[in-house]
Amino acid sequence: MRLTWDSNHPDGGLRATRKVAVVGLGAVSVVGIGKDEFWKGLFKPSPAGVKRVENFDPSPWLNPKELRRYDRFNQFGVAAADLAMQDAGPLNLPSEKVGVFMGTGVGGLESLETQIILAQQRGYNRVTPFLVPLLMTNAGAASIAMRFALRGPCETTSTACASSNHAIANAAHLIATGRCDAMVAGGQEAAITPAATAGFTNMTAISSCGISRPFDKNRDGFVQAEGAGVLVLEEYEHAISRGAHIYALIEGTASNEDAHHITAPLPGGKGAEACMRLALDDAGITPDQITHINAHGTSTPLNDLSESQAIYSLFGDRCPPVTSVKGTLGHALGSAGALEAIAVALTYENGLIPATANTKDIEDEMKLDLVVDEPRKFETGYIISNSFGFGGHNSCIVFGPAK
Amino acid sequence: MDREEAFSKFKDCAVKVLHVEPEKVVPEATFAEDLEIDSLDLVELVMALEDEFSVSVPESDLEGVDTVGKAFDLVYGKL
Repeated sequence: MRLTWDSNHPDGGLRATRKVAVVGLGAVSVVGIGKDEFWKGLFKPSPAGVKRVENFDPSPWLNPKELRRYDRFNQFGVAAADLAMQDAGPLNLPSEKVGVFMGTGVGGLESLETQIILAQQRGYNRVTPFLVPLLMTNAGAASIAMRFALRGPCETTSTACASSNHAIANAAHLIATGRCDAMVAGGQEAAITPAATAGFTNMTAISSCGISRPFDKNRDGFVQAEGAGVLVLEEYEHAISRGAHIYALIEGTASNEDAHHITAPLPGGKGAEACMRLALDDAGITPDQITHINAHGTSTPLNDLSESQAIYSLFGDRCPPVTSVKGTLGHALGSAGALEAIAVALTYENGLIPATANTKDIEDEMKLDLVVDEPRKFETGYIISNSFGFGGHNSCIVFGPAK
Repeated sequence: MDREEAFSKFKDCAVKVLHVEPEKVVPEATFAEDLEIDSLDLVELVMALEDEFSVSVPESDLEGVDTVGKAFDLVYGKL
């Protein structure tokens, strides 16, 4: 990972000597809770329709008093963080050297909507005093920090569907540069509300048939989903010294902006392509070293076309196997990137790339090696995971094997 | 409504809103230490009591109200 981008420097800049390991995974997803259920779920058929974390029971993580001030997005985040911390094992680090970076698109939207309706019906003096802590996007990161008494940097990133990739990338930098020795990082979202659904529907972003089929000829929009994904990142030597299990390394990251349109990607996927190039440069690798792409692949006509163009521009006819787990998971917005990072970590763990569910006929002009129908074996190498958000926000993370 | 009946209603309300054990809701119980509730919980409790007893409790009245007994007296005095 780069420390500086200095063109006058012989190597183009300084590189961090500290490496970032992924040592803990926690998933609260529409296909299951916990990394094992999540992974198994990625290989199951995906029923049509809006995808919720059905029958989510927060009681193992939060008591009734806490629940009154934790919106559903926050409940997901605390649960996922707890699972990730358990998976990581005792970090044995000073609390000020461990931070929390989370991403969310909208935070506690459900609480906001409910309270606005209440206010309209019964007056604004009936609005709960917990409304602000319920709805604020940063309540997610703050709640995790409070739960584990983590006193390092604690921040929330909101870049729509790129939120959690950005949060993970920024967290990795804090470890690489030495400010922190471990980070709890990921994303959380629970925005399947009447108003959000209406907004997405009226902008024709949502699939009318409720089927997520990324890169398919017949794709017609994304399928709303929710959940949280949390990773525990740790400085590599420290992780080794305490005998932690290392799933993968974060080798490079990149963030850039289309500066083009509030929802449509830059034509030709030029912004996404530039972001992927930057991430490879940050990792110090070339395109031929990428052996798998975990795509953003939302199943919207625009995203999938421009992302495929970006991939082709970068890899040409030597396209590594591409998958989009959104065929199975739907689009969990601000938590999507984190759930996909978990899928990447588990691809290293299991040597397997899940197939892109529901996709039958890949669009002719997309020259992708898309993994469909059956999962594909994964040997080793670098994996790039893409997330792109409304607003033109692009984020790419390059993962490497644990070694 | 007599005092005993009113306190019973007050207690039900507190248990429901604050998720505290009924036996802890006694007049001498302090909000901060005994019931472990903070100022936001207290506001929510008062809102529920306003609904339950059809009274209005302005925020300024809550100053110094740090026990169950004081809160009950405040509401009961408005009936």
